[in-house]
Amino acid sequence: MGLLGETNFLGGFWVAAKQVLKPRVTIPYPAEKRPKPPRLHGRHVLNRYEDGTEKCIGCELCAAVCPADCIYVRGADNPPDAPVSPGERYGFVYEINYLRCIHCDLCVEACPTEAITESKMFEFSFTSRADAIYTKAELVVADDGKPQQLPWEDWREGEDRLTSGWMRATSPSGAASYEGTVQWSGELGYGVRAPEAGQRGAPDDEATGNISIRETQRKKIPPRFGGRRT
Amino acid sequence: MGDPLFAHGVGLGVVVIVLVKAFVAFGFLLVAVMMMIWFERKVISDMQNRIGPNRAGKFGVLQSLADGMKLMFKEDLLPERADRIVFRLAPFLSVVPAFLIFAIVPVGGVVTIAHHVVELQVADPQIGILFVLALSSVSVYGVMLAGWSSGSKYPLLGSVRASAQMISYEAALGLTVVTVVLESHGLSTRAIVESQAQYFWHWNALRLWVVPLAIFFVAGTAEINRPPFDLAEGDTELGGGFHTEYSSMRFAMFYLAEYMNTITMSAVVVTLFLGGPDGPGLHVVRWLWPILWFLGKLLVLLYVQVWIRAALPRLRYDQLMNLGWKWLIPLSLGWLLLVSADQISRDSGLAVFAGIIVAAVALARARTTARLRRERLAAGPAGKPPGDGGLIALEFTDRSPVEG
Repeated sequence: MGLLGETNFLGGFWVAAKQVLKPRVTIPYPAEKRPKPPRLHGRHVLNRYEDGTEKCIGCELCAAVCPADCIYVRGADNPPDAPVSPGERYGFVYEINYLRCIHCDLCVEACPTEAITESKMFEFSFTSRADAIYTKAELVVADDGKPQQLPWEDWREGEDRLTSGWMRATSPSGAASYEGTVQWSGELGYGVRAPEAGQRGAPDDEATGNISIRETQRKKIPPRFGGRRT
Repeated sequence: MGDPLFAHGVGLGVVVIVLVKAFVAFGFLLVAVMMMIWFERKVISDMQNRIGPNRAGKFGVLQSLADGMKLMFKEDLLPERADRIVFRLAPFLSVVPAFLIFAIVPVGGVVTIAHHVVELQVADPQIGILFVLALSSVSVYGVMLAGWSSGSKYPLLGSVRASAQMISYEAALGLTVVTVVLESHGLSTRAIVESQAQYFWHWNALRLWVVPLAIFFVAGTAEINRPPFDLAEGDTELGGGFHTEYSSMRFAMFYLAEYMNTITMSAVVVTLFLGGPDGPGLHVVRWLWPILWFLGKLLVLLYVQVWIRAALPRLRYDQLMNLGWKWLIPLSLGWLLLVSADQISRDSGLAVFAGIIVAAVALARARTTARLRRERLAAGPAGKPPGDGGLIALEFTDRSPVEG
């Protein structure tokens, strides 16, 4: 009856008071970034082989599969004296409109040569529609095999490390019959990258660059949620 | 009695002192409001595991200043269907009472400046505490007229709620003030503070056995529309309540009034129940210690206010009315009876106390019986429980589940 019967609300005071001593969960974002999951879908990169040639063969499968219709590709025959890619044709024009892209990674799965993968970078902005269209000049990886760090993008330490996590997670090595077989071709700056955990016996490590957040953040996760004390 | 400053006529010096006091108090209140907004945001974010404002100034202290500047440069909208004069008047009706109430709060002891005996409060009218009650009623008009003059339905609903709420809680507020007046034998705030001087067991909070303090605090919180009693603003259902149509400086003034009210209400609680500026001090800079005591007590109360805001959800309208009419008013009335009997003699006080306990027990028993009977009746004549009783075969007894 009435309010004296409902003194449950007094518990609220204790709940509020004891929070004062607990650590804050807020991260002051622009100054400090949360680590990103290894398979995050960010803006794309166009990979190159170890000898520097581009992986893209201009087949337009990515453009065909794109549900947002944001990719425009035009293939061209490789010039015989200075081939851009190892095969017959190469991606002559390659554009992605980031105002349309939904980062579904279907292009990455469709690509027969692992030419297009996604980096973990999503913090970029532009002030005009034209700037939202990335061309080959921006998408192709730099000479060290890492994505180009464009001035309007907010790259931090270590964020350029894993540009093909999702691809390797879904590559055929994951199927039981392909166990231990790496389907990944050599990549500029990295060579043949190690498969992910689950695709081979060893756990994730520095070789794959694929350390799960649970590991990097384990001090911040309370034990009852599976975090460990070290 | 009366302000000793005016005992020997009003000369130039007196006028200057009064003006200085008014300016200092006004300045103090404005700065205090700024700090209070920051304090509240910081403490609440503490209680919600957040960081809170941390951009403007060190630890975000200047956040409210930045917000105020932003509001100043915003467009000042006047709704087409608004009552122009009243719409412009309402914010002032909110701010001015909030400030005037603070004017009678004693913030320090009595000092002598250039042969003038000066009480450290802006004014010390003999009606003191009645002035507080009167002005808190005036501030209802600010909210009510703001809602009405906006010419829009949500503000109107908000202001109707606000006025109903303020009228409901004013009774309890007034009745507890009467107990204080009975105990302290004076209406003037200075007299009330002086009656509580020297020892903390002289404070009205303890002399009146805490209950009036609790009632006053709850009713006062309701009176100034602070959470959990902020139904007048009801963001979820009224889209901001009485100040929905206000923008720019006019909105800033409502905001200012809200926090000024919080501070003055806490200051009035300190004056009435916690001995005002009373507290032990050292023999150096003697005028300073009472002020520090006052500020310390104020800070504690303000922290409690913020704590309440963080801990309690907003009341439903029926809960609000139940609390006001069925609990606070009877309780404060009973306590008034008790205190006045105790003023006559200790024996009559004890007799009334016993009587109240007997009455309370009888009332509780009656209500329990009534509730049980209601439940039994609701179960139907065959003792059939309401709901899916027809589908599941149950073994019926004539006893209600509560009893059994």
